[in-house]
Formats: sequence, structure tokens, C-alpha cells
Amino acid sequence: MFAARPEARPATVEVLVAGKPVRVPEGASAAAAVLLAGLPAIRTTPVSGAPRLPYCMMGVCFDCLAEIDGVANRQACMVTVAPGMRIAPQQGARAARPESA
Amino acid sequence: MTRHDAIVIGGGLVGAAIAYGLTRLGLKPVLLDEGDVAHRASRGNFGLVWVQSKGLGAPHYQRWTRASAGEWPALAGELGARTGLDVGLRQPGGLHVCLSDEEMEARAAYMAQLAREAGNLGLEYRMLSHAETAELVPGIGKRVVGASWSPYDGHASPLYLLRGLHAGFVEAGGTYRPNAGVSEAKVAPNDFTVTAGGERFSAPCVVLAAGLGNAGLAPMFGLSAPVGPQRGQILVTERTRQLLDLPTTTVRQTEEGSVMIGDSKEDAGFDTLTQTPAIMRQMAERAVLTFPWLAELNIVRAWSALRVMSADGLPIYDQSEQFPGAFTANCHSGVTLAGAHALLFAPMVAAGALAPELAPFTARRFEHVRSAA
Repeated sequence: MFAARPEARPATVEVLVAGKPVRVPEGASAAAAVLLAGLPAIRTTPVSGAPRLPYCMMGVCFDCLAEIDGVANRQACMVTVAPGMRIAPQQGARAARPESA
Repeated sequence: MTRHDAIVIGGGLVGAAIAYGLTRLGLKPVLLDEGDVAHRASRGNFGLVWVQSKGLGAPHYQRWTRASAGEWPALAGELGARTGLDVGLRQPGGLHVCLSDEEMEARAAYMAQLAREAGNLGLEYRMLSHAETAELVPGIGKRVVGASWSPYDGHASPLYLLRGLHAGFVEAGGTYRPNAGVSEAKVAPNDFTVTAGGERFSAPCVVLAAGLGNAGLAPMFGLSAPVGPQRGQILVTERTRQLLDLPTTTVRQTEEGSVMIGDSKEDAGFDTLTQTPAIMRQMAERAVLTFPWLAELNIVRAWSALRVMSADGLPIYDQSEQFPGAFTANCHSGVTLAGAHALLFAPMVAAGALAPELAPFTARRFEHVRSAA
């Protein structure tokens, strides 16, 4: 049913999704890397704890929130991958860090 | 035409609280709500149930506010029991944070005067040092000189409160009419017929609680409600884990985890469509000086809304002398005063007379100012 688009690019950029190396094409989003990694969820919601994966892929639904390079609550679909990027699952609401201030 | 025990004009926090309060007494009022063209101050409210900045030079307002904060737990409990809605009331005390020695001195003088004016009512408060403030809230900035603390302050969700009041009102047999802006009124003492949304409603009693709309409605009922808009802006961060137990005058964390930053004041007419970058920046800067860890959080929403302000900033409550049975209620603290409106003011309306402690809130106080000038 699904076929690769003819202009598919080679997966040349290696990122870490939940600590596991994944290779994606240059210019892909962190959310694409999350989907390729095959995780059951990239985050759980703050209120009910429901699991979420990237959904709209265009910056609207916020289901793809993840901790990217140590920064929580980033919309993975709006972040372009860079070599060595660390994309980590986020459990519930992000924690503010009063001790760091 | 339909007959009711009372007509409440205005479906925001003030009108809904009074209408709900009337149903508690066994009355069957109708609540007329203008619709989405209304300014809806209730939907822009910051959500404080606030005592420690209210009523300097006006002890009657200090008492009214304190009384309302005191009624709030009963109101929240009742609404929860009747509707299953949790309006998010928490009253852990609150802080007014000072960022300079001048602010601290001015605040100390302010609180001392407030305490003097409280008289026998008393006012429990403390001026806290930086270190004492740091024990109550996490991660305060170096610039925080101290804070005033009072045990009476708290916060709640304005939106859940509005929904809870509406649900409680309807559950108790009240009649709600949306899209019912008032187009005409026939008034006589204890005999009112109001046309709204193409229907006619009749009752021996009417309460004007239409926020800024009261200014135009009041003269139709032999009343005066000289109120105008004062714009406030609010910034909202993404949800974060619970961290801030105590609300401050300008920063509070909601029960869902968002941090709200507020309390700007400006004269911008009736414009609520724009937010001004200069003011948003000022609000954010002050919030970050108070809690530097806020700087890491993303702002996800911002809005402005219009406070319903009288010339002296105090509420206006009146019963019409010309047309007894017509009441007016005007204020910019629809959340703080919800307890008083539902559990104290509504019984006065039902009894047909405002209590003597509300006499200083009459709009006639502005006539005295004009004739003196």
C-alpha cells in the first residue's frame, strides 16, 4: 500500500531515539526519526498519562512533544535532525528547574 | 411572555453567581446571557481569590472581599456536590513579591494601613525577607527583596467556576437563555418586563450584572453604573509539573500545571484583539526576575480582556429608588467576589433590600465627587 516516494533520499544522518541509533535522511524531522525507531510512544500526556506518538506532522497537534538535546516539550515534527541529536521520550508534563536558576 | 421570580441580566461570573445564589433559596430566575459578542471579562480572568491588595482606604471593600474569601470554600464544595465539577479552589495564602527596597517599604506601609483600617476585623499578614520568601516558593531570583504574605489569599479556575455556576443554576431549576441581549425593558416598581433574544420575560425583581453593558442598561431601571474598560493582559506557559504552591499577585500555577503571568493594567478602550509586545515583555521580565526558572518555559497562549472598572476601582451595588426590585452589581473581581455574590448578595436580592454594609458601594458616591469638584 505504501511506497517510497521516487525522490527518497538516503538515510545519512544518525540520531539517537530513546538511546537507540536511527538513520534518517538529511532534512527529516525528529518526529520522522521517532516513527522510524518504532517506539510505542514518545510521550505520555500530563493529565491522564495517555501514550502519544507523532500525529499531524505539521506543528498543530503537539502529540510529538519530546525531550530533544535535553530540552523538554519540543515539537519533534518542527525540529530538523542533526547528527548525534538525542531525542528522548517525555513522561507527563515537563519539570521546571528552579534549582538551575 | 414567561414569568420568573427574578431576571438576571448577564451570564458572566457576577450574573451566574447571583443567579445561582437565587436558585439556592428556592427561587426560579431566568439568566439572560448576551452571547459571544459580549466582552466576557469572565473568560479572561486571572483566577485569583485575592484579599491582601483589596480595599486600601475603603474598609467596607476589605470586609466584603474577606467575607467572600470566607464563603468560597462553601461555594466550591456545594458546586462540587451539585454538579460534580471541581472549580480548583485552593486557598493556601498568597504572596505579593517586591523587587526593590522601595517596593518593599511601600508594600509594608500599604499592609500596615490596611491592617489599621481592618479595625476589629483584624488582618493577619507578615512582611517576609528574601530567605523567608524562599522557604515558601521555589527558586526565587536574587532581585527578590521580600514579599507580603497573608493567609486569606488563594486561587481557582475561572472557567470551571463559570461552568460550575451555570450547571448548578440549571440543575436547580433556573432558566438559561443564550444570545439574549436585552433590547427593551418595561419598568415599574417590582414589576419588570424585559425583551431579550426575541422573547419577553417578566419578574418582580431584576439584577443587572452585565459587566461593561451595565453602563447602558442601568439608566433604563433608574440606576447608574458608571463603569468603563481597563485592559489586562495574560501570558500562559506550557504545562509543567506542580511546583508553585502559593499564588502571587502576578504569577500562579494552575491545577493543570500551566503558569499564568498577569496583572497588567492599561487604558485601551474596548480593544481586546491585540496584545502589546511592550507590556507582555514587562510582565515576562518581572515574572522572570521573581522566578528565574520561568525563563526556560515556553509561552503557549496570551490574551487580553477588559476589567469592569469604576472611577475609584471599587464595586458598585445598588437598588433602584425609583424602581424597587431593580438591583445592579458591578465589579472587576468576579472570581474573588463569587463567594459573596452567590451566598451573601443573592439573599439580599431575594429579601428585597441590600444590607447596610453594602451602602457605601452605591453609585451615588460618584455624584458627591462631582458636586464637590
